[in-house]
Amino acid sequence: MTNELPPGLAIQKVDERIMTLNVGPQHPGSGHMRIIVQIDGDYIVACDPDPGYVHRGEEKMAEYRNYITNIPHLERPVIHDSCNVLYPYVLGVEELLGIEVPERAKYVRVICSELNRCIYIMYWLAIYGIFLGHSTMFMWPAGDRELLIDLMEKISGARVTHAHFVPGGVRNDLPPNFEEVCLRQVNYFEKRIKEYAAVFYDNPILISRTENTGVLSREDAIRLGTTGSVLRASGVDYDLRIKEPYDVYEELDVHSPVMKEGDSYARSKIPWLDMLESCNIIKQALQKMPKSGSVRVKLKPNPKGKGLDSVYKRVESGRGSLGCHIVSDGKVEPYRLKLSVGSFRNLIALPYLLKGEKLGNMPSVYWSLNYWPVEADR
Amino acid sequence: MSVIAPNFKLSEFIKSLIDDIVWTVLIMSLIGIPAIMMILFYVPMPVIDGELLTPFLAFTYLADPSRTLPIVQAFMTTDMFKIMAFPGFGFAALLAAGTIFVERKMLAKLQLRVGPFYCGKVEGILQLMGDGLKLISKEIIIPAKADKPIFWAAPVLFVASAAAFVALIPVAPGWVVADVDMGLLAVFAVIGFFPIVTILSAWSANSKFPFIGGIRALFQMVSFEIPLILSLLGVVMVTGTLNLSEIAASQSSFPWILFLPVGAIVFFITMLAELERIPFDLPEAESEIVAGWLTELSGMMYGLVQLGTYLKLYAFAALFVVLFLGGWNGPMVVPPFPMEIVTEGIELGPVTAKIAGLPLFDQEMLNGTFWFILKTVGVIFFILLPRGVFPRIRVDMLLNLGWHKLIGLAFVNIFIALGLVYAGVLGPGGLQ
Repeated sequence: MTNELPPGLAIQKVDERIMTLNVGPQHPGSGHMRIIVQIDGDYIVACDPDPGYVHRGEEKMAEYRNYITNIPHLERPVIHDSCNVLYPYVLGVEELLGIEVPERAKYVRVICSELNRCIYIMYWLAIYGIFLGHSTMFMWPAGDRELLIDLMEKISGARVTHAHFVPGGVRNDLPPNFEEVCLRQVNYFEKRIKEYAAVFYDNPILISRTENTGVLSREDAIRLGTTGSVLRASGVDYDLRIKEPYDVYEELDVHSPVMKEGDSYARSKIPWLDMLESCNIIKQALQKMPKSGSVRVKLKPNPKGKGLDSVYKRVESGRGSLGCHIVSDGKVEPYRLKLSVGSFRNLIALPYLLKGEKLGNMPSVYWSLNYWPVEADR
Repeated sequence: MSVIAPNFKLSEFIKSLIDDIVWTVLIMSLIGIPAIMMILFYVPMPVIDGELLTPFLAFTYLADPSRTLPIVQAFMTTDMFKIMAFPGFGFAALLAAGTIFVERKMLAKLQLRVGPFYCGKVEGILQLMGDGLKLISKEIIIPAKADKPIFWAAPVLFVASAAAFVALIPVAPGWVVADVDMGLLAVFAVIGFFPIVTILSAWSANSKFPFIGGIRALFQMVSFEIPLILSLLGVVMVTGTLNLSEIAASQSSFPWILFLPVGAIVFFITMLAELERIPFDLPEAESEIVAGWLTELSGMMYGLVQLGTYLKLYAFAALFVVLFLGGWNGPMVVPPFPMEIVTEGIELGPVTAKIAGLPLFDQEMLNGTFWFILKTVGVIFFILLPRGVFPRIRVDMLLNLGWHKLIGLAFVNIFIALGLVYAGVLGPGGLQ
């Protein structure tokens, strides 16, 4: 009997100067996860993110439900971005079952998806603001979000969990007079979020606090496999709406914002620029949308896949690329369903970014990763 | 609205109140009054104005203002009144409570919210009482490994230090609890207590987050005390005194902020840091270190620290007013007291009453208090405002600001003051 343990289990000898902090899960700055931070004085020497507190087994649950009943629970990982979470699944099922979607439904999907992206980013921005100690930036986005939530409620009937996308189109047609209401609300929303620059993004204290903190270089961003706003803040122009356009994105004029700095400030500004771009896309889509027509192809009850088959679809969600891999064995349920989410991919960068930073930079770097704990845990 | 407890019925509540009153009156009249009379039977009564003080005469005194007012006036000159009520704790605590309410309402309006609304019918004015009741009724939880005597003592010490600070502030001519010649020096001494109390509370909790918060508070307060003291030296040079009442009186024609704006700005910024207010609320940064050095405090211990914090806020704002904005000095707006009430009396129906002991407060004092409160509330408003506008700054930026920029600016202010004195524009005692 020897006392030697395998290398991973060996007790680490820790310097007496180093203090271990458990940031989370019952910490106001952590979200539904834990970050084990080791600090030497005010400097972080090591950081170990520990997700998994809100694992719900979405992927396993999907194997016991048929293709239609999977819809309401698959949007649960990010209820604020529920249309985008459901998007790759719906696209995949359409390819599996061989369904052609009507043109108007595609436009409605794009509008819903962009509205949801804004709703999610506003929620994220509220959290980012309060974690930097800016309470006004918590209240303003949380209030202005209601404008778009009202629109989504008009479309789908629900405030957050819409379950509006179905294989073959969307559940219901747009309500009458929707175009004018949408245009008015979106214009006002755009005017409001431009005001945020004065109070938040141009604030000298915010700039001095977030500039040059947690810098992720272009090479590291690619090598670590980050996606979405984190990747674009590091100077990589990669947006699935442009690179792999789905539905009607290729007919629309999409300019994805890119910044070169790769620091916490750039990562926090990209989502805000994304919102402005989303407003543009919504306005274009409202113009080009066919004014009438069907929005849904009627399916048989309990649709089945055609034998052994698999499909992988991905879309650009509020947190980056969101992929869905569906394997079908010809039954009414999927044989296996796998979600590949942006949150989890961005979290990988956290230990690299926080090492050597000050403890005061932890909230600004951590939340600039556009991380959503529930989505990462699935 | 089901805001109140679910089983609440107004009729039963009123019934219980009436029950209580009836029982109290019954017990008092059957047992209490005979007991008092029996005691009075053995106590020799004093003789006032040649009359024996019987219980009936005592009740007459209460109803007769010409006999009560001199007693009240005599009470008002005692130190007890000054410490407890007017320039001391009661007045400051009332202003502090008003500050909390104004802060919450103002911040709410800034952030497109409503703020406190339901408690107390009118715009939630009783919200603070509700919060206080909640804090009193909460259980106080002490960490098992805490150093208990110090942990218990720290909040009390904090309030005591803040109250000592309040005692040095002159509100109106002659209205100050402790009129000491070394007033400003005493202020510096009291300010020096706060970091000690903070680190005591933080360290005795024996917990990680309070410890980090306490160290941060220590850094912040110690490094900002130096520019704070230096920024006030300019005023001392031009007035030639450390007595706060004399400094306030020396500004009867103009406030020092006109001559020493740099010192005022440095003092205002250091004041924000000493008060741990946004953007300098690092010791309580909740996204990094939970609630900083307040993390383990619960129930009324937390309430005491909050009370101390707002007393401190009032005291700092008042110090700013006394040193830079002219204290109680201002145009006379209070009308003179109608003296014919004292000399000729008031006609109350058939009788003409002559009330001795009036006026309770003289015109100078009322006017001084009015201007003092107005200026203090204005300064408090500017202390509260950054909370809605700025995010929190980082500890290295804070120390950089304190040691590099503010100390330099404080020296610039001292040179300005020196120049003013040597050029003969200003000098000890005011304009020359």
